[in-house]
Amino acid sequence: MSQLHILAAGPSLTVQDMGRIGHIASGLSRGGAADTLALVEGAALLRQSPGLAALEMAGFGGRFTCTTPLRIALTGAPMRATLNDTPLDWNASHLMRAHSILAIGGAQAGVYGYLNVAGGINTPLILGARATHLAAGIGAALQSGQTLPLGPDVGGPTGETLLVTERFHGGPARIIASLQTALFSAAERARFAATPFHRDARANRQGVRLLPQGPGFGLSKGQSILSEIITPGDIQIPGDGAPFVLLPEAQTTGGYPRIGTVIPADLPRLAQTPAGAALRFTFISLEQALEIEAKDRSARNTLPSLCRPRLRDPARIADLLSYQLISGMITGREEP
Amino acid sequence: MNTQTDWPQIAHVGLNGLLVRFADHLTEPANRAALAFRAALARETWPEVEEVSTSLTSTYITFDPLHLPHAALIARLQSLLRSTDWYAAPPPDGRRLWRIPTLFGLPHAPQLGEAASLAGLTEAQAIHALSTTRTRVLTLGFAPGQPYLGQLPPEWDIPRQTTLTPQVPAGALVVAVRQLVLFANPSPTGWRHIGQTAFRCFLPDAPDPFALRAGDEVEFCPVTLSEYANIQSDTCSNGGATMVPLS
Repeated sequence: MSQLHILAAGPSLTVQDMGRIGHIASGLSRGGAADTLALVEGAALLRQSPGLAALEMAGFGGRFTCTTPLRIALTGAPMRATLNDTPLDWNASHLMRAHSILAIGGAQAGVYGYLNVAGGINTPLILGARATHLAAGIGAALQSGQTLPLGPDVGGPTGETLLVTERFHGGPARIIASLQTALFSAAERARFAATPFHRDARANRQGVRLLPQGPGFGLSKGQSILSEIITPGDIQIPGDGAPFVLLPEAQTTGGYPRIGTVIPADLPRLAQTPAGAALRFTFISLEQALEIEAKDRSARNTLPSLCRPRLRDPARIADLLSYQLISGMITGREEP
Repeated sequence: MNTQTDWPQIAHVGLNGLLVRFADHLTEPANRAALAFRAALARETWPEVEEVSTSLTSTYITFDPLHLPHAALIARLQSLLRSTDWYAAPPPDGRRLWRIPTLFGLPHAPQLGEAASLAGLTEAQAIHALSTTRTRVLTLGFAPGQPYLGQLPPEWDIPRQTTLTPQVPAGALVVAVRQLVLFANPSPTGWRHIGQTAFRCFLPDAPDPFALRAGDEVEFCPVTLSEYANIQSDTCSNGGATMVPLS
């Protein structure tokens, strides 16, 4: 069985997949990758199911090795990466030879980078998924010296790249009305849509705090609400008026009013917005949001067909000859 | 049937959710209605429906809006809502009675005295009242397996604190607004910390990770400090709790 050895772990390295469905009734939120699009991109590059688990690296990666050849894909927040000291492209698939050293540094933009491995990380299923849920206490951040079991590689290419949706510098996000939007006055909603925000330093897999340019937001005095269901993307307004956008590990219910909900297609951008980056929100209709969702889903499905052989500089390939020795692991397109 | 009132109501949650609200404040009939409606939806097994859950007085449905338009699901829900008087529904099937040993007050739960005086009771009266009231799990929420229990007698309609307690430990029993919450994990809270249990609501590696279910009944049985210490060191039970089927 293939394994991935963690020689040195960054501060917040977790196993993530698409999360757990079916436990909201028990108070357990779905969890899963902060940027699910990055998992789909990784799966496209490796030609495998996006349901397989990958390593999520918040802010910083680590050093890794393997004892058998391993196909990998690097997606999400671009990070400085080398394989045996040779620089690696991001948003690309690569072949790690046995005992080679993969080193992944800090994020150059965005927050969450992903190390996708062929066959997926094959840790035991807990309540139907492998995702670490830090807030719920399912699993924990990975440590240096740990070894992760991997699933069987069904085979596929390496040496491909994928042009990905830019989402690592903040920017515009589209929101729809949610349960409590109508509790906010029309003027307050309009001011929200007209306000530039910056991402605060406070952020984790539960949510990101935003700082408005100008005064905070809130309901008129005396209004309080019953604790109600939370869905990822909800923009909650706590007592200090600074909005909090809720992510996959948010609690399942909450008593703070929510002014809107970020649409699923824009949630990866929210999760990947680095501290200090600017964000703005636009209210759209449910009909518009459904159209965007349909396009986003079909775009995710076409990703495997958009992977292209990487243009390679033979001078950078230290182990050119060895590629031909591993038949079946790589396609002819890999050749420079 | 509630045709003459404004309830129940159906609202949108995000892009892929609908919420059936049975009331805008907690009542026993609205809580039972939400639980019964969830059970009925689970029996319907509509393929486009992903997940059904409840909070205190509402039922939450997630579904795939690209395969089932919102209007179509709303029509189905309305038809199911009209089929019976959900507010008169019995409590859910398979309920259990739990008895959870609880150390009320100091040294672990510093706010019993404060909560008791807000309820107009002495500490001894408060412990007697809290430990002889059989509470019902109204919903699990916020954190995994974490119960909201109620309803306590009306004198316990005490407000939340205006500032948060930075952290109470897992197993903390807290009170506000005629409800108790038993914390699954260490957490900040605006509710007052009145008792401490060694009970774990969520055990991810256990065969049945969520100990409690909505509808279960719970009694918090007072123990002494030395009894509590024994319970803490007993690794064979979940905080010394016992459970028997109710029906």
